[in-house]
Amino acid sequence: MYRYDEQDHKLVRERVAQFRGQTERYLAGELKEEEFLPLRLQNGLYVQRLAPMLRIAVPYGLMNSTQVRRLAHITRKYDKGYAHFTTRQNVQLNWPNLEDVPDILAELAEVEMHAVQTSGNCIRNTTTDQFAGVAQDELIDPRPYCELIRQWSTFHPEFAFLPRKFKIAVCGAKEDRAAIRAHDIGIQIVKNDQGETGFEVLVGGGLGRTPILGVTIREFLPEAHLLSYLEAIVRVYNQLGRRDNKFKARIKILVKAMGAEEFARRVEAEWEQIKDGADQLTPEAIEWSKRFFPEPTYKAFSNGHGEAVLRDQAGEDKAFSRWLERNTFPHRVNGYQSVTLSTKPTGIPPGDVTDRQLEAIADLADKYSFGEVRVTHEQNVVLADVEQEKLFDLWQEARKHGFATPNIGTLTDMICCPGGDYCSLANAKSIPVAEAIQRKFDDLDYLYDLGDLDLNISGCMNACGHHHIGHIGILGVDKKGEEFYQVQLGGSSNEKASLGKVLGPSFSRDEMPETIGKILDVFVENRQPEEFFIDTYNRIGLQPFKERVYAKAS
Amino acid sequence: MQKPAKPSVKKPAVKQPIGEQPENPAKLILDGAIVDNQWNLLPLGGEEEITADNLASGKLILPLSLWLELREQLQDRKEEIGVWLDSDETADLVGEHAAELPLIAAHFPLFTDGRAFTVGRLLRERYGYTGEVRAVGSFIRDQLTYLKRCGFNAFAYQGDQPLEGLLESMADFSDSYQAAADQPRPIFRRRALA
Repeated sequence: MYRYDEQDHKLVRERVAQFRGQTERYLAGELKEEEFLPLRLQNGLYVQRLAPMLRIAVPYGLMNSTQVRRLAHITRKYDKGYAHFTTRQNVQLNWPNLEDVPDILAELAEVEMHAVQTSGNCIRNTTTDQFAGVAQDELIDPRPYCELIRQWSTFHPEFAFLPRKFKIAVCGAKEDRAAIRAHDIGIQIVKNDQGETGFEVLVGGGLGRTPILGVTIREFLPEAHLLSYLEAIVRVYNQLGRRDNKFKARIKILVKAMGAEEFARRVEAEWEQIKDGADQLTPEAIEWSKRFFPEPTYKAFSNGHGEAVLRDQAGEDKAFSRWLERNTFPHRVNGYQSVTLSTKPTGIPPGDVTDRQLEAIADLADKYSFGEVRVTHEQNVVLADVEQEKLFDLWQEARKHGFATPNIGTLTDMICCPGGDYCSLANAKSIPVAEAIQRKFDDLDYLYDLGDLDLNISGCMNACGHHHIGHIGILGVDKKGEEFYQVQLGGSSNEKASLGKVLGPSFSRDEMPETIGKILDVFVENRQPEEFFIDTYNRIGLQPFKERVYAKAS
Repeated sequence: MQKPAKPSVKKPAVKQPIGEQPENPAKLILDGAIVDNQWNLLPLGGEEEITADNLASGKLILPLSLWLELREQLQDRKEEIGVWLDSDETADLVGEHAAELPLIAAHFPLFTDGRAFTVGRLLRERYGYTGEVRAVGSFIRDQLTYLKRCGFNAFAYQGDQPLEGLLESMADFSDSYQAAADQPRPIFRRRALA
């Protein structure tokens, strides 16, 4: 993974010193509340319902075991001994003291981490596929490009006060596991007919109260122009994006109002002016970035060797077999497999891990996966490079630490925002809804029979829980001071992305598990062999679900 | 005989200010030093119509819309006429004319309105402007380090913090990742990449 050199260290240290000074001036009354606000946000610090919240950046979801151990230490020393993985592959602390934040940032800087631009109206952490570099369907490893984008966007002097937040996601595989169509800029790495690497560039995607899927404004951008093209897009947005209304300030509104063609024309005109300038990536720079993501020193296994071992073990142990089926992912190298550690056992807020669990993750990474850890946008943790022969041992250890719930990709592997339990924006709680659904559907055979099913929950229309792109989406709404939940069906986040449709009037929290049950019944009764929920929905539409859920009791 | 139709001369819409107009403090930061402000700044609008003849004497920063109107008539006052851009006015509206101006100011109606950062960079990097680029309006101390990177060399700060503190914040960073007005080469062109 990327390692800081002296220049990176210096920049991050200077940032910590800058924020320390700003915090001191704020506490001394020399910096007004409203002036401190964007400064603290751009250092990851929110003020929440109960306490400040600090969002720590995990660039494109990648960490080493040393960093994970430091996070464990920080949660113990400055917080309540747990942390939360977010849908943008970052980590959040829910209970730090404002006065301690500069010290936390200094501790992070020592292990090459920071909380820069994890909030505020600036370019946020770039996200990507959690299986980058190991997936069988990958065309090009996205991580070297993500790192170049990270450096370009970090402390960007022109784009620190944009109309609104700005998110970039990169996908280098056939299947889009980074939800690039739901981002302000989505980048799909492609090859042209001559075999040259380049990028398809999408703009204007985003969730929130006006969910829109991104559209392609350039089919093929040559590799060298990545940064100049991004700069052109963000520059057009900075000049023309709306600033009179916070809810109309995202780039998606500008692209929609102007039309994608006109927006593309303006971007191209701006880019013409800068494309041959200093931001043009040199082959040396691209090679240099690639060198930080070398192939680990894999052992040479013969084809099929590991599978045979696994078949035997799985045959003897049903629980292992289930875990293997749901929580591991094929690897492009013989004898290896990727493992997803589930942070979603029933009864724990999705994405939450304790300090001890963080240390366990670090230990498992060191023992089984070259000391590297990835955070997924589904809020789980991936160990990408595990020998198949060692999966059984890893499973047993993961089980001890509560990470082996075999539910990845199933109904109970929900994406869920912190909701009204923590967040001051939320209209409704989301964690108790997730838990009630997990409790109702705890029969693994039933879950497996349902198959792949994304259920996403947001506590308000800001959509941090990505409810628009869940196959089943749940949105917390406020009705005269009471918490209700609206259900949407048919959303999807992959390369065939779609936005869910509202089923009908909302439900009380108590009604939710039952409502989900009825929706699942309609699916089970109507499914054809090999169909997942989303396929059946796409075939039969919203109506049958609507009829069942809102049927009058006879 | 029918009279030929008069060509309709549409008067350009009067430019409305975005939020509060800039103040013009007595002291400011110029090239890293605290100095007296030598310029007056004319706000947008006002009761009286301003012409080249009734324009006040001395060094004067005009709203861009007024300057574009009077530009031809002010050729012999070039040394003492600057312009200020409101936050909805882009650098290309000055464009190649920039070279005629000793001073161009960009306005922050709110410190969170970051359009001026782009104005600074485009003036310096696209139009090769070498005169004074001045930040005016509601920007805050903590923006100076980025403003400097975007080509601003003058800061007419109107807040309540001492200017000495602003000088300190200007030096928050000693290096950078990106190319900008102060650094023609991004970090990947400066690192030893071997």
